[in-house]
Amino acid sequence: MSDVIIVGAGVVGAACAYYAARAGLDVTVLDRGPVAGGTTGAGEGNVLVSDKEPGPELDLAVLSSRLWRELAETSGGFEYEPKGGLVVAETPAIQERLVELAAEQGLPHDVVPAGGLRALEPHLAEGLAGGVHYPQDAQVQPMLAAARLLRHGADSFGHGALKLRLGVTVTGFVRSGDRVTGVRTDDGDMLAGAVVNAAGTWGGELAALAGVSLPVLPRRGFILVTEPLPEPLVRHKVYTAAYVTDVASDSAGLQTSAVVEGTPAGTVLIGASRERVGFDRTTSLPVLSRLAAQAVALFPALGAVRAIRSYCGFRPYCPDHLPVIGADPRAPGLHHACGHEGAGIGLAPATGHLLAQVLTGARPDLDLHPFRPDRFGSGEHR
Amino acid sequence: MTGPSPSPAIYDLAVVGGGPAGVAGALTAALRGLRVALVDSGARLGGQYFRHRGVPGEPPTEGFARFARQVRALTERAEVLTGRQVWAVTREDDGFTAHCLGGTAVRCRRLLIATGAHDRPLPFPGWDLPGVLTAGGAQALLKGQGVVAGDRVVVAGTGPFLLPVAAGLAAAGARIPGVYEANGGLGLARHPLLALGKAGEAARHLAAFARHRVPYRTRHAVVAAHGDRELEAVTVARLDRDWNVLDTRRVPCDTLATGYGFVPQIDLGVQLGCATRPDADGTPVLRADAAQRTTVPGVWAAGEPTGVGGRHLSELEGRIAGLSAAADHDDGPGPPELLLRRRARQRAFAAALLAAYPVKDGWRGWLRDDTLVCRCEEVPLARIREARDLGATDARSVKLLSRAGMGWCQGRICGHPVACLAGGDPAAPRRPIAQPVTLAALAELTLEEPHD
Amino acid sequence: MTFEITVDGRPVPALPGQTVGAALHAAGIRAWRTTRFGGRPRGLFCGIGVCFDCLVSVNGGPVERACLTEARPGDQVTTS
Repeated sequence: MSDVIIVGAGVVGAACAYYAARAGLDVTVLDRGPVAGGTTGAGEGNVLVSDKEPGPELDLAVLSSRLWRELAETSGGFEYEPKGGLVVAETPAIQERLVELAAEQGLPHDVVPAGGLRALEPHLAEGLAGGVHYPQDAQVQPMLAAARLLRHGADSFGHGALKLRLGVTVTGFVRSGDRVTGVRTDDGDMLAGAVVNAAGTWGGELAALAGVSLPVLPRRGFILVTEPLPEPLVRHKVYTAAYVTDVASDSAGLQTSAVVEGTPAGTVLIGASRERVGFDRTTSLPVLSRLAAQAVALFPALGAVRAIRSYCGFRPYCPDHLPVIGADPRAPGLHHACGHEGAGIGLAPATGHLLAQVLTGARPDLDLHPFRPDRFGSGEHR
Repeated sequence: MTGPSPSPAIYDLAVVGGGPAGVAGALTAALRGLRVALVDSGARLGGQYFRHRGVPGEPPTEGFARFARQVRALTERAEVLTGRQVWAVTREDDGFTAHCLGGTAVRCRRLLIATGAHDRPLPFPGWDLPGVLTAGGAQALLKGQGVVAGDRVVVAGTGPFLLPVAAGLAAAGARIPGVYEANGGLGLARHPLLALGKAGEAARHLAAFARHRVPYRTRHAVVAAHGDRELEAVTVARLDRDWNVLDTRRVPCDTLATGYGFVPQIDLGVQLGCATRPDADGTPVLRADAAQRTTVPGVWAAGEPTGVGGRHLSELEGRIAGLSAAADHDDGPGPPELLLRRRARQRAFAAALLAAYPVKDGWRGWLRDDTLVCRCEEVPLARIREARDLGATDARSVKLLSRAGMGWCQGRICGHPVACLAGGDPAAPRRPIAQPVTLAALAELTLEEPHD
Repeated sequence: MTFEITVDGRPVPALPGQTVGAALHAAGIRAWRTTRFGGRPRGLFCGIGVCFDCLVSVNGGPVERACLTEARPGDQVTTS
């Protein structure tokens, strides 16, 4: 028996496990698939502060950004790249808004005038109105990040403190009265002092097994990957201002905005699309076409570069676009760490760190009230 | 974008692939009066089997005269578009569009996927040294380009395809230090080709081997290639029945032609959502019914994409698909029983060959920690092991953690071995972009917006 | 019937209809690309456009598969 069972071996589950083990807890991580087989395996690895509006998510992102840097030093092995982000504006009016937003965020940043863009990104298109550079933005290889956090957590904090059980599906919860005391799985019951729902896009389904409602829904996103380039063509994470508004949008229809970045493997990743189509994995060529058009508009030199593959994933989002982090008062013993939408990689360490604080009875470094699981109105089933 | 603008015509049938299956299917449908377009990536039709350049003095490939007649008849009756690589097929309200590199878009009401197969090499130390070619690559050089792959050419792998490759190279003047077949303990005299009524074909290769003093060894394989910047020698191993190495010797050579069966190219079918099934050897192929219909209405498949079986089976399947597509168009008769019976016999033969030439697990023992498994991303065996150790439990997660299969070839070469090393059969490949396409071309696609 | 192309400045004969990859291989040039991580030599492998090992640039264009690219008189092939 473990102190904590964490359901989900994506990056959020891995970070929860890592910080819980670091706090001295015995942890078992369960996943029905492999490590990082869900949304983590379909992400770009964004560790962004720049795209967050001032408020609780930005606070979470700032904490997480610091923790990723620490993890890269202590654990490493997941291609942490503190490359910085560059948000570009197509018109002077948008540039004005970007500058205002940057001031409100209170983050380290440099306002880049139109004439200064090429110094940061030599291949950017002409005619852009300027941008804002955020040195804190970074990137990790998300699958490796999840796997390395699990490995490092298992190796570093005492024998047997972190166990990984893959290919095990949770089918229900073990209860003692109202209290969640473990999970039922296709491989038998497992008991623990607490259970953490880190099931990402499937977090709502898992919560339902415990009789509580958690409105986590999938938002599909495609990413295009280019041929490996001999010389880097894109140095930062570069995106257009539209990305910020799309992230927070409630529209069910297709939205695309250009997000372009290079990787250590030499490829260029091109996002980002958002649509609500359930769990449909069918590739949509029109979406890929739009992503390509936007990327070429931003970096004309990309026009001659070939796309060699694309992939899609399902971002777990909640109606208010904030994650769910903390104990669930409706099902004592159950905790949630899911619903991070497109920011799960970036927000994972802060989520794990704060949840470990909750689990060990420490006072969380951030107020978790905005992330509380029961904030969506009366969804209790029992 | 350069290149011709999309054709406004909507064909009754578009065929992708101009090998024996595609040409037979296209011709059959065209003879029934359908408006047919055939699209092929090569400069000439023929696929991997008929690579005849028509160079004087070159011995013709078996069956070539018939194929040439079919091509002539087809060219008079259908639109033949060569030199066009289809990178995606999309579904439209009234059919499908095949998108070709260079901008051609072929609109059709029905689609026949006859995209053939490519070699399936196995990794071993040194297999990425220049001078190591796939068996099909050596054959393509000889038949398609008039280039003998090397002076001293070792041929190794498994399957009947090794025989014509070695015989062709020997006839063209290459010295063949050995043909090493990893399976079978029977020798050429009791080769399955003889048992399966292909005596003439086998006897011809046998005679060629005798004439050119080519040693043919079963239960032998090349398990390492050596050389500084190019191939200089190979290690040939005697194998047990599971392909574990019993003993080895070094054989000097400048070229190795190697192949362990074939991988059907099913990307376009998977793009359209056609269901797949594992073939007898676990390789994913498109599911097809008695009339060669896939599970997607309006889409047929013939030849290797529905299961590796060689040119005779491919041609039959193409004809059956062509007739079935024609019946769909004109409500006339579908494929007759007699064709289906012939196909059944050919399929039994193909199944027997697949069973006679399996890939045995012992090849994993040929690899060292630093042996590249994925050539594109240069992923050695050690990184595959590390990925498994980190929690990758299937081929997809091994790929995500190791980068194996993420490069230029998109896992076409390493997909099978990586799946085996991950502990399973290869899954149907998801390649929404079947050929590298420039972002400019992708951006300029005029497509309907997706709707729910 | 033969014509000439140049490969990194060096003349190489080719036949009409022949691919750049076949012309190089026939001329005894078997290694013409080095890999981006390990600097390993590569040339033709699959010979039919599947493996992408034989990439070259023709007349300053983007890299393409030498085994699929038909050689034309005067082509200037550069390797990487």
